[in-house]
Amino acid sequence: MNIAVPAEKLTPKDYASDQEIRWCPGCGDYAILKAVLKTLADVEAKPEQTVFVSGIGCAARFPYYISTYGFHTIHGRAPAVATGIKLANPELDVWVVSGDGDALSIGGNHLLHLLRRNVDVQFLLFNNEIYGLTKGQYSPTSHVGTRSPSSPTGSVESPVSVTALALGAGARFVARAIDTAQAYLPGVLKRAHAHRGTSFVEIFQNCIVYNDGVHSAFADRSVAAEMQVMVEHGKPMLFGKERDKGLRLRPGTLTLETVKLDEDGIGEEDVLVHDETNRTLAGMLAAMTPPAMPVALGVLYCDPAPSYDSAISAQVAAGQARTKKGGISSDLNAIMRAGNTWTVKG
Amino acid sequence: MEGSAALKDGRRQKRELESVVVRFAGDSGDGMQLTGGRFTVETALAGNDLATFPDFPAEIRAPIGTTFGVSAFQINFGGRTIMTSGDQVDVLVAMNPAALKVNLADVAAAGLLIVDTGAFGDKNLRKAGYESNPLKDGGLGDRRVIEVDMSQRTLEALKESGLNKKDSLRCKNMWALGLVYWLFDRDRSSTTKWLGDKFAKRPELAQGAIAALNAGHAFGETAELSGELNAYSVPAAHLAPGLYRNVTGTQAMAWGLIAGTALAEIRMVFCSYPITPASGLLHVLAAQKDRGIVTFQAEDEIAAACSAIGASYAGALGVTSSSGPGVALKTEALGLAIATELPLVLINTQRAGPSTGLPTKTEQSDLFQAVFGRNADSELVVIAARSPSDCFECAIEAVRLATKYMTPVIVLSDGYIANASEPWALPDVESYPKFPVKFRREPEGFHPFVRDPETLARAWAVPGTPGLEHRIGGLERDADSGNISYDPSNHQRMTDLRAAKISGVAKDIPEQDFEDTPREGGVLVVGWGSTYGPINRAVNNLRDSGMPVSHIHLRHIWPLPRNLGDLLRRYDRILVPEMNRGQLVTLLRSEYLVPAESLSKVNGKPFLIAELEAAIRARLET
Repeated sequence: MNIAVPAEKLTPKDYASDQEIRWCPGCGDYAILKAVLKTLADVEAKPEQTVFVSGIGCAARFPYYISTYGFHTIHGRAPAVATGIKLANPELDVWVVSGDGDALSIGGNHLLHLLRRNVDVQFLLFNNEIYGLTKGQYSPTSHVGTRSPSSPTGSVESPVSVTALALGAGARFVARAIDTAQAYLPGVLKRAHAHRGTSFVEIFQNCIVYNDGVHSAFADRSVAAEMQVMVEHGKPMLFGKERDKGLRLRPGTLTLETVKLDEDGIGEEDVLVHDETNRTLAGMLAAMTPPAMPVALGVLYCDPAPSYDSAISAQVAAGQARTKKGGISSDLNAIMRAGNTWTVKG
Repeated sequence: MEGSAALKDGRRQKRELESVVVRFAGDSGDGMQLTGGRFTVETALAGNDLATFPDFPAEIRAPIGTTFGVSAFQINFGGRTIMTSGDQVDVLVAMNPAALKVNLADVAAAGLLIVDTGAFGDKNLRKAGYESNPLKDGGLGDRRVIEVDMSQRTLEALKESGLNKKDSLRCKNMWALGLVYWLFDRDRSSTTKWLGDKFAKRPELAQGAIAALNAGHAFGETAELSGELNAYSVPAAHLAPGLYRNVTGTQAMAWGLIAGTALAEIRMVFCSYPITPASGLLHVLAAQKDRGIVTFQAEDEIAAACSAIGASYAGALGVTSSSGPGVALKTEALGLAIATELPLVLINTQRAGPSTGLPTKTEQSDLFQAVFGRNADSELVVIAARSPSDCFECAIEAVRLATKYMTPVIVLSDGYIANASEPWALPDVESYPKFPVKFRREPEGFHPFVRDPETLARAWAVPGTPGLEHRIGGLERDADSGNISYDPSNHQRMTDLRAAKISGVAKDIPEQDFEDTPREGGVLVVGWGSTYGPINRAVNNLRDSGMPVSHIHLRHIWPLPRNLGDLLRRYDRILVPEMNRGQLVTLLRSEYLVPAESLSKVNGKPFLIAELEAAIRARLET
């Protein structure tokens, strides 16, 4: 009798490849890589079933540093490649790693369709509001006035709001995190991994060379407590060093405002409780921008729906179950002979 | 004379014809494609060989009565082998003045015109740009004309049908079809059954259409009895024994892809974005989900190519399809498939260009795009189909080469091949040799770019296989480890390896042969793709009169067959007819330094046999 020996549990290190990492020292990508490796170990990802797909950019080098399957494709097209992978084999666990230029500029169209189709992948968007690999041009998420080699007098374009765009495209899972937040980033990634359908995670990432400190208004340790609100389903949305601030609907309006507990008779019961299945609320949380409001982090929205690949597989399986007989070749012979045929005798 | 029928030539004779060309022409809403399609079915069932040429506008419903809204369907059928849809039209059915105006020049001097006089009112004549009625002003030359008010006669025939006027008039095309059936002694039974099935949910419409069909047929019989018209007889062709059906290039391509992936024992994931005239392939395959085929209508051409690559990466065969402008968008993705050495099949149903060009008109001007149209040294395999049924064989060959050599393969079809139909002796798919894909499973000694020493193809290691986890991508990779490498000598080595792999395909494809026993001296005609029919007929006509003319028709465009240079060098005069400005001829001249000469045509229509004969004769005489 064979006794199954449980495989030794893999550690984060086991998911790292032997390749030398080529990101700049101090790049936020290192922290994200660390969190992803921890996540893979935590969820006990099977290396052979896991695929990392990327486009082009600094973030897109990610697959080379992970010891699972990896495909470094072309600029902006990772969502399309990932969709093809899931169509060929829905069992594979697919992660897409992208940046703001890759996902929102050259690949904007593909991201839109990946989200609306709800293909079952984890989509990580590293947002550093700059083009790094091409040496520092402004990106579709750069704020107005960004000075860069291609906008020496300041950019004049309005930036895209990443999470609002994802929600608008029909994403069923939208989360946000900061690159260095090792305390909760793996937790957010685990939630993303568990969700069936496209799990969209915006990660605020720091480019130390071309856009250092771009997120510091809310990401710096010194302001984090006051400028970040970690949302959690079913819990009041509190923040502040003393957890004495909260979000609520301004009475009589559909607008979020921050309130201080124990001021003007406001208690914890007045603070809005997060409902991650509420798309309208998710949109309002996504729209909060500093300094007027804190930045919402964590799982902003999660409301599962059937994934594209599972629906397609079901259609194919249903059809095959109806017509299964004698293999494709004999079946094809039958298809070709259906309809109007005639025999020419020798 | 009773009724509106008039016949200018009342001679009574039942002529037996070797072959006939019939063209149905009307508004794009008149159902001419459907009418032609039904006539094709009955003609095939009657045992004739045939070739068809649907010619329709890019607009779905152009303004009624205009010349640019004319839709036509041509069929050439006969008792001999039919190679083309025909140079000249023997019988033109014109449902309105615009249809007459657009098509009259193609009708033979002794041809027959059947016109619906009910549509020849002042308004329609004006819309067609006629200043006077061509039926009355002698503008039709010596052609015989059957003038009949089909609209009125259809309405009369359907008086009791319960259909309103609009629905009744929709049956006008069936009236015309009935008359043409009578003219060529065709059986109506399969069309009657087909109408019943097609309009099963509206039986009154089916009854109306059948009544119109019968009325048109009865009109012919009456006309014959009164000596106004005579029917033709076209004997059955001597086709090789077998079970036949009519097939379009689109159908044959779809079935070929299914057959090819079945023989490779691999799943097909077909990813495409709608574009004329390639969309038909997506439609045919989308209806085959029952066979385990996954089809994906992507958000754009780029996504179609990239998702196909993703599918191949994950162990299916990714197939993508488009026409020239769409293929241009897929170019970067082809480079990725070349660099990562993944199998991919791309079907290009060529159309006239550049840019949007003439979406519904045929051309074969994407040869350069297929062979050369990418950045860097990026070779792949190019195959071209010569006829609708040949798409079946080409698709199988494309799947075989893509999976064996881990390379993208482009199959060139065109708008003519995709839409045209011809009788096809149905092959038995189960008799084809299998070429099962072997995925790498063994971790020992594996790296992603370990190559088969014979084919130079890398191993196909698919996600899901334990122990073979690896990373690939568009960055240049080390020839040994597969890791990213910027080493100069490695790039030289990898570039050479990629080229050698494609060159090596020449060892795996048949040697080139002549279409018939070659004749020494004279002119060698070299063609590719859908020029096959007219070239073959023109060459055979000249050979029949003893002239030294030979024909080579290429399926493999890249790499070229290994003996092609030797064959070409036997001739001083080489003529290369192409529906482009001279692309294959340039390739042949550069590869073999032979004095090949171009014969170019780019008017959106296939070559005529007569113009090819004239061009070849001219070369023989100099």
